Amino acid sequence: MNKLFLICLLIAFSSASFAKVIHKERSLYRNIIVEDNYNLRCLKFNVKTSKTNQSCLYINDPQKLVFNYTKLLFSSLLLLDKAPENILIIGLGGGTMSNTLHQLYPQARIENVEIDPAVIKVARQYFSFFENDKVTSKVQDGRIYVKRAAMKEQTFDWIILDAFNGDYIPEHLLTKEFLEETKSLLSTNGVLSANTFSVSDLYAHESATYKAVFGDFFNVRNRKNSNRIILTANNSLPSGEVIMGRVKKLALDLLPFGVDIAQISSNMISTKDEQDWLDNTKVLTDQFSPANLLNQ
Amino acid sequence: MGIELLGGRILAPFFGSSVHIWGSIITVFMLSLSFGYLIGGKLSTKNASLTRYGYIFLFAGITVLPIALWSGSIMEAIFISIEDSRYGSLTASMALFFIPTIILGMISPYSVRLLVTDKDKSGQVAGVLYFVSTLGSALGTIITSFYFVLFFEVKSIIFTFSILLMLFGVIAISFDKLSNTKNEHLSGAIHE
Repeated sequence: MNKLFLICLLIAFSSASFAKVIHKERSLYRNIIVEDNYNLRCLKFNVKTSKTNQSCLYINDPQKLVFNYTKLLFSSLLLLDKAPENILIIGLGGGTMSNTLHQLYPQARIENVEIDPAVIKVARQYFSFFENDKVTSKVQDGRIYVKRAAMKEQTFDWIILDAFNGDYIPEHLLTKEFLEETKSLLSTNGVLSANTFSVSDLYAHESATYKAVFGDFFNVRNRKNSNRIILTANNSLPSGEVIMGRVKKLALDLLPFGVDIAQISSNMISTKDEQDWLDNTKVLTDQFSPANLLNQ
Repeated sequence: MGIELLGGRILAPFFGSSVHIWGSIITVFMLSLSFGYLIGGKLSTKNASLTRYGYIFLFAGITVLPIALWSGSIMEAIFISIEDSRYGSLTASMALFFIPTIILGMISPYSVRLLVTDKDKSGQVAGVLYFVSTLGSALGTIITSFYFVLFFEVKSIIFTFSILLMLFGVIAISFDKLSNTKNEHLSGAIHE
């Protein structure tokens, strides 16, 4: 009888632990969990549901990108007329974006800004986040980094905003003032891409705010999940023809990372052609930004 | 409390939303409230009157105004001169909240002085006052964070707080004036 019970217990246990937690810590801002599930290693914040996966990599093929949204971010390259020389990433996660971009453009300067020092540590330890004299990381609130960089008149060819996790949105990174400050950091032909939401009331407010600062932009999304990439540029958006030309040039370079740029380009929809929010939607400002209340 | 809560929102554009922002705000509020209690208590020992009480509210309302009017330029100056965002946020919350919160802190002990008539009941009066003010803080916090921020700009909420404070002050002063003149009439009648 006892034996039977033990066996049952063993079975229950082993099936529950397909995913093995290999690291767990409580940082200043959140709980951080690193989990291995067969060949997949994931960084999770707060709770143990797949919804809060922040960053994942294939242990035996770390070069290949796992997440849809990280792949979608590469649509930004279609707006750039040449390889980016200066890249700013706000919100590190596992550092996969930084690693991939460094492989793709070894000459580019990449600056990662992350508010939580524990996330940087975990990215280094478990996700082989890579730093050298070209790739750096800084512990700072994204808003402060942007303000200071603007004072120093720094510019970037590509800025990636990836500071939102599912549970809490830093409200000061969604306002018109913040986007204006960020825009001032873009080089003449610079591009900004933001990984954000496609559901909840916030969608319309966020869209209206981006439009107020940048004019029309591309929504890049995949029907399958709830992420969307807002893709916008300092200059006007390129035409379909120009984009198709760039798709051809980039396709082979991006293949090793599991990025099918042709397919991604077919998911880019300009708000000029399809605006799916009301014109009178209130713009988010430093004075009015109840982002977390709207995102319910 | 409503103002303290909005403090986080006011500082965020310049100093971010790291934990030390809340550290700065809460430190400054606790510090200035403690001074406020001390000064308010001291003040209540000399010629305590409803008029003076009203003036405290009036001044509190006036000193809250700069938060709505000039917080942007005040914080910008601090942001430029202090690189470390911990000390930047501490200095900024000092500049914005220190003086108004001292004056707001004076209200509690002064209220005790005005309401206590019987030494035996002083504990009870203080208890009721703590009850009312702390309950008010709780309500102010929840209404501000759940609803006000959804419907109004931060600036307008601060403005409203300021106007309400000044209004209370004016009401207290005029109420005192009115009842004084009434009393004079009454005492005059008795003399006749």
